[in-house]
Amino acid sequence: MTRKLSPPKRKNPIKRTRLPTMPPGNRSREAHGLTAMAASGRFALQTCEECEAVQYPPRQICSNCLSDALEWRDVSDGGTLLAETTLLHSNDLFFRDRLPWRLGIVVADVGPSIVVHLAEDCVQGERVRMSLDIDRAGHAIVTARTEKPSTNEEDDLQLREMKFNPKDRRVLIVDGKTELGLGLAKAFADAGARKIFVGEAQPWRVSPHLEEIRKMENVNIMPLDVTDSDSVEELAAMIGDKVEIMVNNSYHLRSGGLIDRFDLNVAHDEMEIHYHGLIRLAGEFGPVMRARGSDGHHGSVAWLNVFSAYAWVNNPALGTYSASQAAALSLSHCLRAELAEGGVRVVNAFIGPIEDEWNQLAPPPKLVPEATATRIVGALKKGIEDIPIGAVAEEIIQRMVENPKEIERAIKS
Amino acid sequence: MRRHNYEGVAVCVPVTVPYSRYSLKSAHWFCGRALADLISKAGIEKNEVDGFCVSSFTLNPDSAVGLTQHLGVSPRWLDHIPMGGAAGGVALRRAARAVQSGDAEIVACMGADTNHVDTFRQTIATFSQFANDAVYPYGSGGPNSSFAFLTDYYMREYGATREDFGKICIAQRENALDVPHAMMKRPLNMEQYLNARIIAEPLRLFDCVMPCAGAEAFLVMSIERAKSLDLDYATILSTIERHNAFPEDPVQIRAGWAVDADDFYEHAGIGPEDIDVFQAYDDYPIICFMQIEDLGFCAKGEAAAFIADRNLTTQGDFPYNTSGGQLSAGQAGAGGGYLGIVETLRQLTDQTLGKAVPNAVHGLASCFGMINYDRGLCTSAAILKRSAA
Amino acid sequence: MTNPEKNNPGLLSSLLGGITGGGIQVVDLTMTLDQKSPTIVLPPELGQSWPFRMEEISRYDHRGPAIYWNNISCGEHTGTHFDAPIHWISGKDLPNNATDTIPPEMFIAQACVIDCSADAAEDPDYLLTIEQVEAWEEKHGRVPPRSWLLMRTDWSLKSNPVDYLNLDAAGAHTPGPHEDLVPWLIDERDVIGFGGEAVGTDAGQAQHFNLPYPCHHLMHGRGRFGLPALTNLDKLPPSGSLLITPPLKIRQGSGSPVRVLALVEPQA
Repeated sequence: MTRKLSPPKRKNPIKRTRLPTMPPGNRSREAHGLTAMAASGRFALQTCEECEAVQYPPRQICSNCLSDALEWRDVSDGGTLLAETTLLHSNDLFFRDRLPWRLGIVVADVGPSIVVHLAEDCVQGERVRMSLDIDRAGHAIVTARTEKPSTNEEDDLQLREMKFNPKDRRVLIVDGKTELGLGLAKAFADAGARKIFVGEAQPWRVSPHLEEIRKMENVNIMPLDVTDSDSVEELAAMIGDKVEIMVNNSYHLRSGGLIDRFDLNVAHDEMEIHYHGLIRLAGEFGPVMRARGSDGHHGSVAWLNVFSAYAWVNNPALGTYSASQAAALSLSHCLRAELAEGGVRVVNAFIGPIEDEWNQLAPPPKLVPEATATRIVGALKKGIEDIPIGAVAEEIIQRMVENPKEIERAIKS
Repeated sequence: MRRHNYEGVAVCVPVTVPYSRYSLKSAHWFCGRALADLISKAGIEKNEVDGFCVSSFTLNPDSAVGLTQHLGVSPRWLDHIPMGGAAGGVALRRAARAVQSGDAEIVACMGADTNHVDTFRQTIATFSQFANDAVYPYGSGGPNSSFAFLTDYYMREYGATREDFGKICIAQRENALDVPHAMMKRPLNMEQYLNARIIAEPLRLFDCVMPCAGAEAFLVMSIERAKSLDLDYATILSTIERHNAFPEDPVQIRAGWAVDADDFYEHAGIGPEDIDVFQAYDDYPIICFMQIEDLGFCAKGEAAAFIADRNLTTQGDFPYNTSGGQLSAGQAGAGGGYLGIVETLRQLTDQTLGKAVPNAVHGLASCFGMINYDRGLCTSAAILKRSAA
Repeated sequence: MTNPEKNNPGLLSSLLGGITGGGIQVVDLTMTLDQKSPTIVLPPELGQSWPFRMEEISRYDHRGPAIYWNNISCGEHTGTHFDAPIHWISGKDLPNNATDTIPPEMFIAQACVIDCSADAAEDPDYLLTIEQVEAWEEKHGRVPPRSWLLMRTDWSLKSNPVDYLNLDAAGAHTPGPHEDLVPWLIDERDVIGFGGEAVGTDAGQAQHFNLPYPCHHLMHGRGRFGLPALTNLDKLPPSGSLLITPPLKIRQGSGSPVRVLALVEPQA
């Protein structure tokens, strides 16, 4: 049974906050194939299309038949732990701060021997299940856990470094006035978040969802308007050093394209909220979150953006909206690179049309806000980097990967 | 086809550039001092050395090529052997064939490395693509964690204990006490060994080699030339090398020697029972066990029992790592891959730095290197024979 | 050399003398432009006015070592502002109906201030009626032509934007002119415009009047102006003050934020 993680104590004001350090990040191009699999939560290894041999570590030539036709295929995540060690010495500053550190060699059911980060409860000679996760440097690593989940497994300190478990962490939900904002507040509360800050813009516009949130425990509703630089700056000054998971769920959906609805003001508002809003949040909250990337077991870990799946491909019915989402998505990659210096990871959820006022005319299937929020928080717990939510989002991303020209044309109908 | 023998080839002039924990000098300096020492002891001019075999981790961005200009030599035969701990045995067999065929007359073989304060970390942080991708990001323990795996697996598989490994480390320390440049200068007892601080379980401090700066070198030439220079020399009975042996073993429990041992002894015309002095590659004691087994001194899994009733010191019945090995002398980078050959040569030509093994005629030096991912890939070994015998 | 003979103290010198020491008081009727100030709230599917926003260009830093300045943006009808006739469809074809074409002398006019603060405190939907204006005239004289009719409600003292906008599911609840008063002010008193303290010149519920938004529709339709979101009206005398209200000279502008100054003569 994994030792239970004790809840964080109040911060000792005379204790220096450790500066963030990163695990080694020098990876080959081939190894980033693993990162792509980890980002989407898959356990896939290179498999030879000709002889079916599974390869690890990643490479460009099959070590069995010398074919270069290696494709990433989902494979069994089972294996047997053959050897283990617990490091009490490391050559790397990141691990030195976190010793002891447990490692193992697992022989995978599909063949290769894999060096893994090892969960506390794994026993040599016994079965384990592996997963591809992303470490604090933003790169894929393999971890192994007991075959059957053990008690308090998510409290394992080593594994907690690879995940964004909200348990005992403080969350800022940027927009508490939407259906999804309410769903996220509930989902984070269920996940054991220690405190949930919820932003409220334009307080004169009453939202039933925010009123619902107001009734919850451990919730602080704070003034936050992402279109207002002062507002973002003021809130960051007030709670920036308490935010361990940022949830940017800014949402401003108006239908219309370019010719069919030529209106710079609408486009401006979308960009203000989705794009410039992200800039303001990043500029004000980013530095302190990045600086707290190694602040103990409960330091800042993740920046979640809730984007539309139309960030991937423009839906002409929501033309400028899609563009503003694409702009924000691009910006998130910049944010990912910059926050990586502190080990804080950027996670993007991509959602299809959600059941709300602004999607009245969107054809089903539409996402139920609460279930959507639960799935987003579940993916955060697993440490997934790109989270498509729902059939529409999954299909868009799949079709974009397969043939972007096809979906570009087909999406209009 | 039968392998050719090494008739007519002499190995001579064992040279060690004294080790230091850290050095401000470059690898070029260590190579240069080794060459200066070689020619001075051989009584030859620099330009008489027409072949070079170089191994180093810290010559970067140079290789053996840059070294020729640096040292002002114009060899007609040049090899750079990036095989770390296995390089010495490989250098020996290549140089021997070059001399035997007449492609070169005198080949200087050297393993040399410097050790600046951060050299070791930088070396292991960029050791290989597989290590960068699939090992170093896992705790960054370097070789400690890799050998911890092998040790853990071996112990569980064959029931070996820490005391068994301790016996090797303690005997080597005793041998090292007579070697002036050895890093470790104090005796080691079992209690100290067992209670040392943990590095990577089950490995503790005295299981782990200490990186340092230094060089090991020797010359290969014809017997005629060695005689004309009035040099003591040894001859070569056999050599082997092997890379990536037993890839199907899920964890390394044997290495290339096990593939080649039969051929090795047959080629040499002697068996393991004829070996008077044995130098095993020893960055961690587990690998010594594997060599004792894979080179046929005992069956697989029985190394612990084999050493239990044997004395491994210079004066014992199984003289082993007679200069203290790397575990006591220090690991001078790629120099560690030449240490076994050089020490064997010292024992067979009466040029030891520490105590001599009485009446040693046949010496076996075994080399191991390059943890590319989860295991060491390169093995080599050589049997040398005292020339006067 | 100036000739003192030729420079007799004229009207402007007298005015200046009055301002710099002669007891003429300059009252600022303008709200501070603040990023937190609300703009008028319209249904979300309609076009929206930008709120006031400010981004620093430099502040004695690497972006301009000696310079502090900002970029600002906002809708024309933000904060204390001037409504030009072109703002409403009823005024769209009038001559000189935009901020750049209104004759500049129109930006200086006297003001009549009717104190409705007690009524507004009681009823946020309070509407100013003809009767109340007539009652005011009983005391202070007839509203002169070409003067501003300013409705004092003390609404601008509500510093919380939620209270200031006072929205509920039925819309805004803020005071303004009765729909009968507006044509009367134009036809019977020939006012230059109407001003108040709430976010618009019309009452919060004015969209439900028989003639929706009368203060916009009729005033602008007849070439008159609006001055919403005023403050400090309690510092003005009921009559006799002079307002200076020049909007920014925006080409075909429908209005602009304006610094409204009132000159108040010393009480006799």
